[in-house]
Amino acid sequence: MVLSLRMRALVLSVVFLVVLLGVWEASHKGAAAVGELSEYDRLMGTASQEAGVPPPSAIFVRAWEELSDPFYDAGPNDKGIGIQIGYSLHRVLAGYLAAAIIAIPLGFLIGMSPLMYKALDPFIQVLKPISPLAWMPLALFIIKDSQASAIFVIFICSIWPMLINTAFGVAGVRKDWVNVARTHELGSLQTALIVILPAAAPTILTGMRISIGIAWLVIVAAEMLVGGTGIGYYVWNEWNNLDLTSVIFSILLIGVVGMTLDALLAAVARMVAYAD
Amino acid sequence: MSSFLEVQGLSKTYPAPNRKGEGLTVFRDVTLRIEKGEFVCVIGHSGCGKSTILNVLAGLETASKGVVIMDGKEVAGPSLDRGVVFQNYSLLPWLSALSNVTFAVKARNPKWSREQVREHSYTYLEMVGLTGGAEHRKPHQLSGGMRQRVSIARAFAIQPKLLLLDEPFGALDALTRGSIQDELLRIWSGTGQTVFMITHDVDEAILLSDRILLMTNGPEARVAESVAVEIKRPRERASIIHDPSYYAIRNHLVEFLSKRSAELAGKPLESTGEGDGPVEPRVVRFHPKGPAPVSPSGAGPSEPPGLAARA
Repeated sequence: MVLSLRMRALVLSVVFLVVLLGVWEASHKGAAAVGELSEYDRLMGTASQEAGVPPPSAIFVRAWEELSDPFYDAGPNDKGIGIQIGYSLHRVLAGYLAAAIIAIPLGFLIGMSPLMYKALDPFIQVLKPISPLAWMPLALFIIKDSQASAIFVIFICSIWPMLINTAFGVAGVRKDWVNVARTHELGSLQTALIVILPAAAPTILTGMRISIGIAWLVIVAAEMLVGGTGIGYYVWNEWNNLDLTSVIFSILLIGVVGMTLDALLAAVARMVAYAD
Repeated sequence: MSSFLEVQGLSKTYPAPNRKGEGLTVFRDVTLRIEKGEFVCVIGHSGCGKSTILNVLAGLETASKGVVIMDGKEVAGPSLDRGVVFQNYSLLPWLSALSNVTFAVKARNPKWSREQVREHSYTYLEMVGLTGGAEHRKPHQLSGGMRQRVSIARAFAIQPKLLLLDEPFGALDALTRGSIQDELLRIWSGTGQTVFMITHDVDEAILLSDRILLMTNGPEARVAESVAVEIKRPRERASIIHDPSYYAIRNHLVEFLSKRSAELAGKPLESTGEGDGPVEPRVVRFHPKGPAPVSPSGAGPSEPPGLAARA
């Protein structure tokens, strides 16, 4: 029986996962088998200084606990993982959508006007390479609200890929297609909606995918700084609690959520893609 | 008498790269008239500015000198009165064949209902034989011939006063080209559309046109001659070659393209001695019975009334 490439890849992925988890689990068992420390060892501190990384089985158990009741709220330092993810997603989406609302029209303007392109290019080139977290102190000072500052940091980090890709996509629309719009006497708005937007949509979506990826990377760091709520805060809080099981669990969860966000935009990108 | 389309003293000069010195004049002093319902082809070598002339007629480019007057109004910018079919089809790839036509029909008739737009679009898609499911395909799922059919349907569907075809069959294989030429001829004879078409193909030009404009080589290209094709319509590919004037015209065109287009390059047209006005290309006609070309110098009566030098 010959399996399709996809099935074979899936089988291989599962094999890798099992081997990885098996080795991890086994190495932990080996470390634990050293046995109880004697009183002498404890007094002399000759036991291993390193706390062991928890085994996958412990992480599964923690994941099950957390995911079976994701929305409990037992005070500022003890909220369900669903609530934390929800806070993070809320900030990411708020900053990201604000960035899209500004970046896409501005990108259109820059893409359609060589004058605006040249005039705004120096600003973009200087602002783009700034680490979004570098804005944090300034944001905190001006906005005076840590939650809004986190949203601002997301906004500032997701605006650039969308802006640059939109401008690039709009500027690159084939002259033939623009001529089609012109010979059919389409007005500026109609040209933008009927010809330029669909023509540039795949490039714009590429920018939006890059942006959501960066936004999700940055939110973890931003929440570690501003604290209070969110998955980034959760990771840091569990680190302070020395609960590595929760840290590893949340790391994996961050990956899964980021993958989902990307997959959603990839689906939108497929809808607007066209073959030439 | 003013014609439907008048082109007077058209020149196009591109500035020199360093903005110093003289620019490149692609064509100069192009003067021609086209009557309503006429099918006119332009032949010339690459680089003589044929496409630029067409783009100026379309309003997509501006000329450096001269004017284009259509129906008594100067052409300034693109308009739905002039439909264009480009060599590379210029279909919007994200729209189906049908939507590529309906968007144009909607642009032409903004007040029409959805049903009217659809019906009208289907009429023209049927004319080019693109129905029965094919109209819902995207351009990339269609062959080159089918794409050009959509493009032709779109251009006819907006019912422009002037149809501009820029080497519409240049990218097609010979067999497909033949069948679409036949379709174009059939649709055109039904609509009486005025057509200005660019081609490289001598046989295509004779089959389709009432008149063939011959351009000298660029730079500084000119429309040197206007060859009347008076073979009776309806024409058919198989029978047209038996017309007595067919080979006379064909030989004349081939000879012009292979020899005289280069010889005449850069030289101003012989003035007809009527002052400084723009000079129209000399008219060449072939009598159906005799193959010898009759040049207008000294043979005034042979000029068709619409093309006679202005008095």
